[in-house]
Formats: sequence, structure tokens, C-alpha cells
Amino acid sequence: MAKLRKIVTDPLADNNPVTWQVLGVCSALAVTTQVSTAMVMSIALTAVLCGSNVVISLLRNMIPNKIRMIVELCVIATLVILADQILRAFVYDISKQLSVFVGLIITNCIVMGRAEAYALQNPPFKSFLDGIGNGLGYSVILVAVASFRELLGSGSWFGIQILDPAWYVGNTLMLLPPGAFVIIGLLIWFQRTIISKTLREED
Amino acid sequence: MGLLNLAIESIFIQNILLSLFLGMCSYLAQSKKMESAKGLGMAVIMVLTIATPLNWLIRRFLLESGALAWTGVDALANLDLSFLTFICFIAVIASLVQIVEMVVDRFFPVLYNSLGIFLPLITVNCAILGASLFMVERQYTLVESVVYGASSGVGWALAIMSLAAIRKKIRYSNVPEGLRGLGMAFIITGLMAIGFLCFSGITLGN
Repeated sequence: MAKLRKIVTDPLADNNPVTWQVLGVCSALAVTTQVSTAMVMSIALTAVLCGSNVVISLLRNMIPNKIRMIVELCVIATLVILADQILRAFVYDISKQLSVFVGLIITNCIVMGRAEAYALQNPPFKSFLDGIGNGLGYSVILVAVASFRELLGSGSWFGIQILDPAWYVGNTLMLLPPGAFVIIGLLIWFQRTIISKTLREED
Repeated sequence: MGLLNLAIESIFIQNILLSLFLGMCSYLAQSKKMESAKGLGMAVIMVLTIATPLNWLIRRFLLESGALAWTGVDALANLDLSFLTFICFIAVIASLVQIVEMVVDRFFPVLYNSLGIFLPLITVNCAILGASLFMVERQYTLVESVVYGASSGVGWALAIMSLAAIRKKIRYSNVPEGLRGLGMAFIITGLMAIGFLCFSGITLGN
């Protein structure tokens, strides 16, 4: 049981896919000007990730090694189409704001990376947990960045006004792309020095 | 003039990496050396220039609502396959990259030696799929999609080569420990993006 819990909790902090393994930041940033869009994006990604992990894990003994990439891409693309259609059907306004970024879940390296590194070797239930863990790890970063950007940029959180515009002038730079880059840089710094003690050097 | 403006817009103002965040993974991973940054940049320009118009044709003649009318079959005339856009685009990109790799290997061995190892990486570069999807969303024509693809590629190459150059300069700087590598790369990218903001609003002609 403890082992199963570890599959879920490990990617949240110590082994976070975004800050440690540099995976999937592509789409992570463009949708972070508001917490609500970031939230929907996280849910969509987690659902696709769990689904693809389970399907690929079920098929793992049938997929010939040579064409496994194409098979993975097909499974992921199909799930992303499903996610996109569901979003369009139920939360049309948000899906308009997410525009092409739902489609880009296909090329999100987390999904492909977990299929390749985990689901191909492990049974479905464990792969499902791995999907949840990594999906949550991604969501934590995405929602954190979105919280900073929305709070500092427009003084609100989840659309609720928190900092009174009478004295707080929104910092528009936070809503522009550079804000996202700098915030994620600082988050990585925070995560590497405070949460996770074991430091890995890159350069 | 319209096309030139489109090119300027997608290279500088709406830079595919610095303002749309596409293609970050390989951008961060391959920017440690100038050589590899240059190789990957060229490969991305090449694939984007071919893939975007190719996807335009696929969308126009196979997927859009009523696109199959040219077959002359009544049953197909009103078919709308646009929900298949994602899977078709990614399949086109994946196979295109393979074909480009083989063609370059066969006819331009010198080029292959410098680009070869980067081409397979490009399949999962979100910039390629992203450019195709934006091309659909913004309803470009065929010519515009060629210009858009090529100039997005140039913008991406510009960004990765600048980051590689800056990273080379700061290699011996005293960066705080937890910020080294990835964290610093993001902050530099942020500063570069602020720089690129200065281009916003530029148009040629009137």
C-alpha cells in the first residue's frame, strides 16, 4: 500500500515532471493567465495521461517494439480528440480560450514520456496511479503559476477580486508571456532548494 | 506587403516560442551548445515550411466540412471530418519527418551529417503541430501558410540560438545553486521575451 501511495505522491514534489524532468512545460504556460483555464487544462491533461497509460499498459504485450511510437501517438491523439470534443460540448467558453492548446496535449512530453518510460513495463493499475501522480504534479505547477499571474496581474483569484483595485494597480507584465517565464524560473529555484534536498547539476 | 507583415509578425511580434510557448522542451534541452542549437533551428525551419502547407492541403481537401465534394460522390459531399484534425496532422508530421530524413540522407549527405540526429526529435516538437493548428484557427490561405510556417521556424531558430549564445556567456558566472541550469534558462528566456515585446506594433506600409 505504501508503495502504491508512493507512485502517486512521488511526482508531486521530489520527482515533479515539470520542474525536474523539464517535461511538458510547452502548453503549461500559455494557459496560465487565469486559474480557471489552468484548472481545466490540468484536468484534461490528467485525464488523457491516465487514459493513455492504462490503454498502453493493456496493450504492452501486443505492441511490436519497432512501431511503438506510432501506436502511442495514435492512442494519445484519439484520447485528446475525445477530451477536446467533451470540452467543446460542456465548457464551450473555456475551450475557446484554451484554443489550440488542448490539441497540443498530443505533443506534451509528459504523456509520451510516461507511456514510454512507465506504462510499457507496468500493469494497468499501477500505470493508472502513475498517470494520476504525474498529472497532479503537472497541475500543481500549472495552478501555482496561474495563481501568481492572476493575483499579481489582475488582482483576482479564480475570478474573485482579492486585491482591491482602489489601491492595487495590476501588473500587466505578469499577464504577458515574460511573466510566466520568470515565475516558473523562480518556482524551480524554490522547489530545488527548499522542497527537494538532492540537487542535480545540469550545466 | 501583407505577406511581409505576416512574416515580421510571426518572427518578432508573435514569436512562436517567446510569446506562444511552443517547442519549449527541445528548446531547453538542446540549447547548451551553439552547434546543436543551430542544427535543430535549421531542421525546425525546414520541417515547418513543408508541414504547414501540407497540413493546409490535407485540411482543405480531406477534412473540412464539404471538403470531399471534389470526389464527385454524393454521399461524401456533406461529410465533415474536422474532428479528425489532430490525429491526421500528427500522422502527417510524423511521416513527413521520416521522409525528410530519408531524402536529406540520400541527396544532401553534408546537411544530413549536421541535421540528422535532430530530425527525429522534431516529431514531438509542439511548435510544428502548434503552427498547423494556429494556421487552421487563423484561417490562412495556402500562400500565407507557407510564409507563416517558414517565418515561425525562423523565429524559433532565432530564439534557441540566442539562448545558446547567452548560456555560453554565463557558463562561468556565479549563479545561485538551485537556480543553475533550468531555472536560469527560464529567467533568461523571460528577459528575452521582454526584449521581444519592444517589437509589438511594428507594421510595414500603412
